[in-house]
Amino acid sequence: MKKKVLTVDDSRTIRNMLLVTLNNAGFETIQAEDGVEGLEVLEGCDPDVIVTDINMPRLDGFGFIEGVRRNEKYRAIPILVLTTESDAEKKNRARQAGATGWIVKPFDPAKLIDAIERVTA
Amino acid sequence: MDMNEIKEIFFQECEEQLAELESGLLKLNDGDRDPETVNAVFRAVHSIKGGAGAFGLDDLVAFAHVFETTLDCVRSNKLEPNQDVLKVMLKSADVLADLVTCSRDGGSVEESRTKTLVKELEALANGEMPSAAAEAPKPAAKAAPAAAAAPAPTDDSGFQPIPFTFDGFGGDEEAVLGNVFDISFKPTRELYSKGNEAALLLRDLSRLGEMSIACDMDTLPAFESMDPEASYFGWKISLKTAKSEDEVRAVFEFAEWDCELDVKPAEASEDEEQPMVPVPFDLSALDDGPAEPAAPAPAVVAAAETASNVTKAVAAAVEKKESAAAAAAAAAQNNAAAAAASAGQTIRVDLDRVDRLINLVGELVINQAMLSQSVIENDATGTSAVNMGLEELQQLTREIQDSVMAIRAQPVKPVFQRMSRIVREVADMVGKQIRLVTEGENTEVDKTVIDKIAEPLTHMIRNAVDHGIESPEKREAAGKDPEGTIKLSAKHRSGRILIELQDDGGGINRERVKQKAIDNDLIAPDANLTDEEIDNLIFAPGFSTADQISDISGRGVGMDVVKRSIQALGGRISISSKPGQGSIFTMSLPLTLAVLDGMVVTVAGQTLVVPLTAIVETLQPEASAIHSFGATQRLISIRNSFCPLVDVGRILNFRSTQANPVEGVALLVESEGGGQRALMVDAIQGQRQVVIKSLEANYTHVPGIAAATILGDGRVALILDVDAVVAASRGQSLKPEMSLAATG
Repeated sequence: MKKKVLTVDDSRTIRNMLLVTLNNAGFETIQAEDGVEGLEVLEGCDPDVIVTDINMPRLDGFGFIEGVRRNEKYRAIPILVLTTESDAEKKNRARQAGATGWIVKPFDPAKLIDAIERVTA
Repeated sequence: MDMNEIKEIFFQECEEQLAELESGLLKLNDGDRDPETVNAVFRAVHSIKGGAGAFGLDDLVAFAHVFETTLDCVRSNKLEPNQDVLKVMLKSADVLADLVTCSRDGGSVEESRTKTLVKELEALANGEMPSAAAEAPKPAAKAAPAAAAAPAPTDDSGFQPIPFTFDGFGGDEEAVLGNVFDISFKPTRELYSKGNEAALLLRDLSRLGEMSIACDMDTLPAFESMDPEASYFGWKISLKTAKSEDEVRAVFEFAEWDCELDVKPAEASEDEEQPMVPVPFDLSALDDGPAEPAAPAPAVVAAAETASNVTKAVAAAVEKKESAAAAAAAAAQNNAAAAAASAGQTIRVDLDRVDRLINLVGELVINQAMLSQSVIENDATGTSAVNMGLEELQQLTREIQDSVMAIRAQPVKPVFQRMSRIVREVADMVGKQIRLVTEGENTEVDKTVIDKIAEPLTHMIRNAVDHGIESPEKREAAGKDPEGTIKLSAKHRSGRILIELQDDGGGINRERVKQKAIDNDLIAPDANLTDEEIDNLIFAPGFSTADQISDISGRGVGMDVVKRSIQALGGRISISSKPGQGSIFTMSLPLTLAVLDGMVVTVAGQTLVVPLTAIVETLQPEASAIHSFGATQRLISIRNSFCPLVDVGRILNFRSTQANPVEGVALLVESEGGGQRALMVDAIQGQRQVVIKSLEANYTHVPGIAAATILGDGRVALILDVDAVVAASRGQSLKPEMSLAATG
C-alpha cells in the first residue's frame, strides 16, 4: 500500500514541488495550504507522515503541530518540518511543539524522501 | 507537471507575494502595527526566498535573505518600522520585484542598487540590535551579497560538528575498512511523544553496517504498574561500519534531545560484560514501505516479542496498522472528498477560455434577441406559452451574461499598487516628498479594462508628481505641508468605474497654459475661454506645459495621448483645477468592453445605438424653445439655459439639410469636455443591452462611430461615439469620405 503524506505549505511553488517529488517517489500526497486547513484535512485523510512549513497565515507550523499532537488519534504521527528557517531557536520551538524532524529548504528531493523514510515504518 | 511549469507557478506566486509585500509595507507606512501585517510582509519575502532557492536563483535568494533578516527584526520588535526604515524597505521591495522580473525574463538589476540597499538593510538590522548582530554569523562582513546570503550549510544536520580523530584507535586504514562503535541509546518518553520511533532508529542504524544489539530491560516494572506512555528500554549496540562517527550520530539527528545517547569507538576488551537477555527480533517486520533493502537485518539481539506490546513504540505501530486496516476503504473515499474540498476557494483559468465563454454568451444574447423578435412578430397577443418561456429565457440569458462578466472582473488593486511604486521613484528623482493615498482598491472592473488603464494612469501619475505637486520649499512657502499628497481613488458609479486622481499641488497655471496654447497655434490669441476650457487645453494634441521637457513625464507623450487611449476604451476624462489647491483628473470608464447599455434610435432611416451613460435626459422640443443662432446654429432653451442643437443625421452625412427639430427627439448629452449638447434624432426605438463588436477589427475606423452591434432582427446597428459627434458639431467636421453613407 502506498504511504500517504500530508503536506502543509502556503507557497504554491513549494506545494507543487512537494507534490511532484512525493508522487515520483511513489507516495500518495494530500495537500493543505495552512495550519487551519491542515487540521481540517487531517481527520479525513489519515496520513502516515506529515510535512509542514512553519511560516503560514492563519495558523503557523508550530500551532499546527501542537494541534496534531493534541489529537488522540494522531499524536504519534511523525511530523517533519520543512522550512527555510535555519536558526536553532526555530528548530527548538518546532521540536517543543512536537515535530519529529526537519528538512531545510530549498529541499533536495532525495533528502526529503530519505527523511520521510527515516520516520515512517 | 515538470520543473518549468512549477517555475512558471513560482513567478506567478512571486507577483502575488510582491503585491502582498507592497500593500503590507504601505499599511505599516500608514501607522498600522498589526502583528499580522508584519507577519504577512515577512512571509511574502520568505516565500519568494524559499521558491527562489529551489530554482537556484541565487541573486534573488541573496537579496531576499538580507531583506528577510531585517524584516525579522521588525517582526521580533527589535526594529521600529518608522518612516525611514519603511522607505528603505519599500525601495527593497522594488528591487526585489526587479530581481524577480530579471530572473524570469533575463537581464540584471544594476549591482549598485542591490549593493546599496543590502548595506542599508544590514545597517538597519545591525544598528538597531547590536547584541543579536554579534551572535549572528555576520553576513554583513562579506563583500558579495550572494555569498553573504547563502543559507548556512552547517544547518542541514542541526549538529555542531564534533572534532574527532582516529589517532590512537588503529589508524586510517581501519577507519576506511570498518570502525566499530559502541552505542548506548536510551530514549525518553518525549522521543515517542514527538512521533519518533526507537525501532526505526535502530533499523536505520542497522543499515549502516553489521550490528549486534542488546536490550536493557532493567527498568521495566511489573505489568500492573506499567505506564503505557513511558519509556523503559535502552539498547546497547555494537556497530561495525565504514561510516564515520558523525554519520552514525546523524541517524539520531531528530532524536538527539530526547534520549541518552553515547557513541564511541569500541575498545577492544570491553566486549561481553553487560548482562542482557538475547531475544530474536526481526526488524524487517517493521517495514512495509518501498525502501526496505533486500538484505535481511543483520544479527540483531533485542528484547522484542515478549515486551513489545508494552512499549509505546511498538504499541503505536500496532495501533496504527489496525486502525488503518479497519478504516481503509471508507477513509479512502473520505480522503478524496476532503482533498477536493481543500483545493481552496479559487481556481485559475486560462484567460482565453473565459474570453471564449464571454464571446459565446455574447452570441447567445444576440440569438435570444433575434428569437424573441421573430416570436413577437408571429404572436401579436404576446400571451402564448412560447412567449412566456422566452421572457424567462431573456432573464436567464442576462443573468448568465452578468455572471460570466463577473468572472473576468478584477479589483483595480494591482494597478494602484504599481502606481505607488511610480510615485516613489519619480518623487525620488525630482526630489519631492509625496504620499500616495489610494481608495477603493477593491473596486472591480473587467480585466480587459484593467490591462488598458495602467498605461494612461502611469502617465498621469508621472505628470502629477512632476508638474502637479510643487517642490517642498515652494510648498512650505505657500504654507502647505512640505509633503504633497496624491490621492488615487476608484468607485462604481451608475454602471461605470470612476477613477479620480487628485493632487494637492499648485493647480493648473491657466495663464501659462493659455499662452502656450496661443504659442502653439492651438487657439486664437484673442480667444475668450472659460477656465474650464483652458484647463482642457492640456489634453490638446502637442501640448506640454513644462518649459523644458523633463526626463520624467515628457517622453514625447502628452495628455492628448492619455485622453485618446481612455476614449478608445469608451471612457471620458476631465479635469478640474483650483489655483493653489491642486487638480482633480476624473476618468470615467465602462466596467466592461464587451457589453453596453444603449438607447436604440432612428436617424434618417438608420438604426443607431447611443450609449446610455452619455445621455442626461431626452425631450420632445417645442417650436418655441428652438432659437436660431447665426447661419446654421440652432439652440434649444431648456429650463432657462441655452444648449446647442446637433442634428446627428446631418453630422454623419445621412442627409444634407437639417431636420426639423420639432419632428424629432432631443437627447441631452454631456460631453467629456464639459458642457451639454442636444443631439437630434428622429425617434427612439427603445433601450437595450447590446454586445459590442469592434468596427476596427472587422471593417475600419469610422469617425463618429465607436463600434457596432447586432440587433434582434439580425441587422447591424452602429454605436454612436457621442464625444466625437459633439466635437464635430464644434466645427471639426467628420471627414465626408469616411462618413456613414458608405456603410449604412
